Amino acid sequence: MKSLAELQAIRDKARAQIGLRSEENVEFRVQVGMATCGIAAGARPVLSAFVEEVAKRDLHNVMVTQTGCIGICQYEPVVEVVSADGSKVTYVKMTPEKAVRVVNDHLVNGNVVTEFTIGAGSN
Amino acid sequence: MYRSNVLVCGGTGCTSSNSELIIQRLKEEIKAQGLEKEVNVIRTGCFGLCALGPIMIIYPEGSFYSMVKPEDIPEIVEEHLLKGRIVKRLLYQETVVDDQAVKSLNETPFYSKQKRIALRNCGVINPENIDEYIAVDGYKALGKVLTEMTPQEVIDVMKASGLRGRGGAGFPTGLKWSFAAANAADQKYVCCNADEGDPGAFMDRSILEGDPHVVLESMAIAGYAIGASQGYIYIRAEYPIAVKRLQIAIDQAHEYGLLGKDIFGTGFDFDISLRLGAGAFVCGEETALMTSIEGKRGEPRPRPPFPALKGLFQKPTILNNVETWANVTQIILNGPEWFRSIGTERSAGTKVFALGGKIKHTGLVEVPMGTTLREIVEEIGGGVPDGHTFKAAQTGGPSGGCIPASEMDVKIDYDNLTAIGAMMGSGGMIVMDDTACMVDIAKFFLEFTVDESCGKCTPCRVGTRRLLEILNKITSGNGTLEDIDRMEELCYYLKENSLCALGQTAPNPVLSTLKYFRDEYIAHVTEKRCPAGVCKALTNYVIDPEKCRGCTLCARNCPVGAISGSVKVPHVIDTQKCIKCGACMEKCKFDAISKR
Repeated sequence: MKSLAELQAIRDKARAQIGLRSEENVEFRVQVGMATCGIAAGARPVLSAFVEEVAKRDLHNVMVTQTGCIGICQYEPVVEVVSADGSKVTYVKMTPEKAVRVVNDHLVNGNVVTEFTIGAGSN
Repeated sequence: MYRSNVLVCGGTGCTSSNSELIIQRLKEEIKAQGLEKEVNVIRTGCFGLCALGPIMIIYPEGSFYSMVKPEDIPEIVEEHLLKGRIVKRLLYQETVVDDQAVKSLNETPFYSKQKRIALRNCGVINPENIDEYIAVDGYKALGKVLTEMTPQEVIDVMKASGLRGRGGAGFPTGLKWSFAAANAADQKYVCCNADEGDPGAFMDRSILEGDPHVVLESMAIAGYAIGASQGYIYIRAEYPIAVKRLQIAIDQAHEYGLLGKDIFGTGFDFDISLRLGAGAFVCGEETALMTSIEGKRGEPRPRPPFPALKGLFQKPTILNNVETWANVTQIILNGPEWFRSIGTERSAGTKVFALGGKIKHTGLVEVPMGTTLREIVEEIGGGVPDGHTFKAAQTGGPSGGCIPASEMDVKIDYDNLTAIGAMMGSGGMIVMDDTACMVDIAKFFLEFTVDESCGKCTPCRVGTRRLLEILNKITSGNGTLEDIDRMEELCYYLKENSLCALGQTAPNPVLSTLKYFRDEYIAHVTEKRCPAGVCKALTNYVIDPEKCRGCTLCARNCPVGAISGSVKVPHVIDTQKCIKCGACMEKCKFDAISKR
C-alpha cells in the first residue's frame, strides 16, 4: 500500500459487495416475484440484472429483494418498486433489458417507466 | 455480483453449537438450487446473542434466524433464498411482530439498548477478508494518522478522548502512550494483551475472531505515536479460532503493505508478531506477560520501573488490552469529542460485558458507560429465568466483587463499581439467583487464584491458600466467628503486600461478599446452616411425613440406600448415609422432600 488513493480504490470496490448488509436509508425496495410462475417466466435473470445495475451505479438507497406470487401469473416476471412513502409501481413482463431501464429512469431519475407498468400492459 | 448475503456466526460459541456444519449444508443446498453465483455465504464473528446460537442472518432482508439446525437448511434455502419467502417459524421470535410483519434486529430488547463501538464489525464483516474490513473504513484511521497527524497530535487525541484501559484497571490510555513516547530509546514496543483469563469473560476473543484487523491497525497507530516499529500480540493458545484469524489478518495486511516497511509511502515501518501463551492467569498481568514474551517463565516483576520506561526486553513498551485497541481507530476517525459524548464524565465510551450465569440471554453486550445493572440484566439480558429472583452479579472475575440487588441502579463505570466494592475488571458479568451461596462463590474464586498464583511472592502464594482453608472450614460447618474476622484481616494484608495485581485483587470476592452478605457467613458459622442449600456439609434432605405417600420412588432411586420405609408409609432419610446428591428430591412427585 503506497498511497491513500490505493486504499480508497479497494474500499469503493469492496463496499459494493457488503452494501446490501445495511438496512438504513432504503428509499426504494425492488421486489421481484420469484414464485414458481415468476421463475418459469424468467425472473432470475431479471433479478440479477437489477442487482448488477444497482451495484454498477453504486445506488445505496435501493434494496433488491424477492417476493412470492402476487396472483397475476400471466404477467410474470412481475417487479414491484415500493417507495419509502409506501407507494407502489408494478412492472410486468420484465426482461433484463427492461430492468436496466427501470433502474435508470425510475430509481435514478424518478420517472416511472409507464409503458412497462401493469396499467399499460392491460390496454 | 451477489444479490444476497448469508452471514453465519463463526465465533467460538456458535462454532461449538455446530455452525460449521450449517455453513457446509448451506453451501451444498445453494449449489443444489443453482444459486451459488447469486448468494454469498460468509462466516462472520460473534453476534453477541450466544444463547441462541447457531445464528444466521440473511441480507438484504436482514432476517435473523436463531438456533438453526442443519435439517432446517433445505427449507431456508428453498423458501427464503430461492422463492423469497422468509421462514418466520425459524426466525428469532423477538423479531416477529405478527404473521405479516418482521422487525429489525436492532429493535429487539437485546440490541436496542446496546451501542456497538468495539464490537461494531463483529457479525457484520468476514474477518478473514481484509477487503471487507477496508470497506467499513478499515485502515483509514492509520492512513489519516500517518499522512495528516504528528505523533504528539495522536497522543493528544487519545488523551482528550478519555479512553481508559478496558482490561480492568482503567488507566488512561493516552497518558500511558505519552509516558512511553517521552522515553527515548533505540527500540520501543507495542503489545496487545489478548490473554483474557477471567473465567466468564470472552469479549476479547470475540473481537479477535470477528474483527482482527482493528487490533492490527490500532497497534500500528500506537507504534507511530510512541515511535515503535515492532508489536507483539500475546494470545492464549486456548483460542485457536482467534489465533488462526489473527495470523490470516497479519498475512493479508503484509500483502497489502499495511504492515511492514514504508507504510503508505510515509517511511513508517511497523510489524506485528503473535506470541502464544499457555493459559496461565498470571500472564494477563502486564509485567508477567512481557516476561513470558521474552521466553522466560511468566512471573511478574516489581514496578517501578513501569513498562513505559523498562518493559519488554527492558525497552519502553505500551501494553493495551484487545477491547481498548478496538476503540482506538474510531476515536481517530470520529474525534475525541464524539467519544467523550458517550458514557459518563470520568468513564467515556462503552464497555462490553460477557453476560453469563442465571440469565435468559447469555452473550456479549456492549453498552454506554453509565448504564445500570438493572438495564443490563432485566432489559437486555431478559432477566433471571425459571421464576427465580436476582441475588447478585459478579463482575471482574476472580479480581472483582459482587453487586447485590440493592445496588442494581448504580450507573456502571470504573469509579462507581470500585466505590461499591466491585470492579469493572475485563467485563465478565455472572448473574446469580437465589440458589447461589455467596460463601461458596467466594470459595470458587479463591480455588481459582490458589491454582493460578505463580508463587513468586509469599503473601499471594501462602495468603490465598490460608484464605481458602478458612473458607473450607466455614463451608464445612467448622468455622467460628473469629475465623471470619481473621479472614477479613488477612484479606487486607494480601491486598497491601502482594507483588502484582493477582494477589492484590484475589481477596476481592471475599471482601465484597462479606460486605453485602455477611449474614450468610454468620449463618454458616453460628447456625451451621447454608441459607441457599449449596454447601453439602451443612445441608440435610428431609422427607415431610405429611406429604409422603410412601410410593418408594425415592428409596429406589437413592444410590446409597439411605432411604428406608415400607409401601404407603412415610419414608425416612438416614442423614448419616445420605451423600446429598439430590436424586430423591428430583424424583419425588409429591414435593415431600426438601433441603434444610
